[in-house]
Amino acid sequence: MSKEGHHPAPLSPVEQRVAALEAVLTERGLVPEGFIEEISRRYESEIGPMNGAKVVARAWADPGYKQRLLGDGTAAIAELGFGGAEGDHMVVVENTAAVHNVIVCTLCSCYPWPVLGLPPAWYKDPPYRARMVREPRVLLAEMGCRLPGEVEIRVWDSSAEVRYLVLPQRPPGTEGMTQTQLAELVTRDSMIGVARL
Amino acid sequence: MDGIHDLGGMQGFGPVAHSPAEPAFVYRWEAVARALMLVVAGAVEVSGGEFRHSIERMDPGHYLTSSYYEHWLTAAATLAVEHGLVTGAELEQRAGGRFPLSGPVLAPAVADAGPDVEKARFGVGDRVRVREWHPPGHTRCPAYVRGKCGVVVRLDGTYSVPDVEAHAAARRREPTYSVRFGAADLWHDGQVGVSVHVDLWDSYLEAS
Repeated sequence: MSKEGHHPAPLSPVEQRVAALEAVLTERGLVPEGFIEEISRRYESEIGPMNGAKVVARAWADPGYKQRLLGDGTAAIAELGFGGAEGDHMVVVENTAAVHNVIVCTLCSCYPWPVLGLPPAWYKDPPYRARMVREPRVLLAEMGCRLPGEVEIRVWDSSAEVRYLVLPQRPPGTEGMTQTQLAELVTRDSMIGVARL
Repeated sequence: MDGIHDLGGMQGFGPVAHSPAEPAFVYRWEAVARALMLVVAGAVEVSGGEFRHSIERMDPGHYLTSSYYEHWLTAAATLAVEHGLVTGAELEQRAGGRFPLSGPVLAPAVADAGPDVEKARFGVGDRVRVREWHPPGHTRCPAYVRGKCGVVVRLDGTYSVPDVEAHAAARRREPTYSVRFGAADLWHDGQVGVSVHVDLWDSYLEAS
């Protein structure tokens, strides 16, 4: 950031293009006052993997909830107050000792916003999208998730309207924990399926 | 279209630049680009399919060398120009330089969306084959499963077909299915214990 009395840093070419489009659309009266700030605030503070972590912790602690979650993900997630765009049709896939699930969107960037927030850059970049459907065992190991050969891998390419959430396995030694404590153990990566807990 | 966005299975990409956590927007311009796309979509009633296709039509070199929100910016500007909100010359003048837009739509407009399909042709456990075709417009059928056989594992209800939505004001609804493919059937590389599930609209499939 520039200090007072200094010239601001020159805009990069992409910033110049963003500024150009913003200026023209604003002149046309199409950008509501405060709209850009509202977009930033909504995605920076209201949605994120902390929401998915609450869903996972509840499923670990409450077998009835887990059953509902695996049967109708959208409705069970709505019980905790989460839903909306890119979360209207949720399917939750469960990791077990024998099965590992991982989600990807090869065509674009589909991702369950209400429970995980906006996707990280690497999820949207070509290497992940190209490789996760072709060599998931190799790529998962490269990303630090080394699975024994006998563990079955199920890749879910979210190419239509369903959005997926991975239900990770509950780690051992967590029997006495509260749901709040359990939620703190749940990482974004474990709910995408690129890590196990 | 057989575009650069259809990345599933492509080789030659290096490691994933993984980070355990990152802010929603690294730079402020990313949030602005996101907001401007929503502004354009609201002003000219852009469908999800048309939005996706406006990114898919980017020059392949530009697509691969620009970030996700530069894709959104390019889509917003392209759709704003195509729908007559602004002109390309105006944008370049304001930006003080080039303002690359996406290429033209190659597919003809869909003249007849056809009737909705309410009844699912396939059930869980049915073996299906993905049609082998190369539509010039938007589709959500990834190239890596075309012509391949798989098994239906889930029915998800009926949804608007993006292939129609991107190229017509009319809509056609069809059932969608989650179809399981054995990785070895897709890649012929002997992988064991790996399956890939792709969610596909009814008209993408035929009985196998």
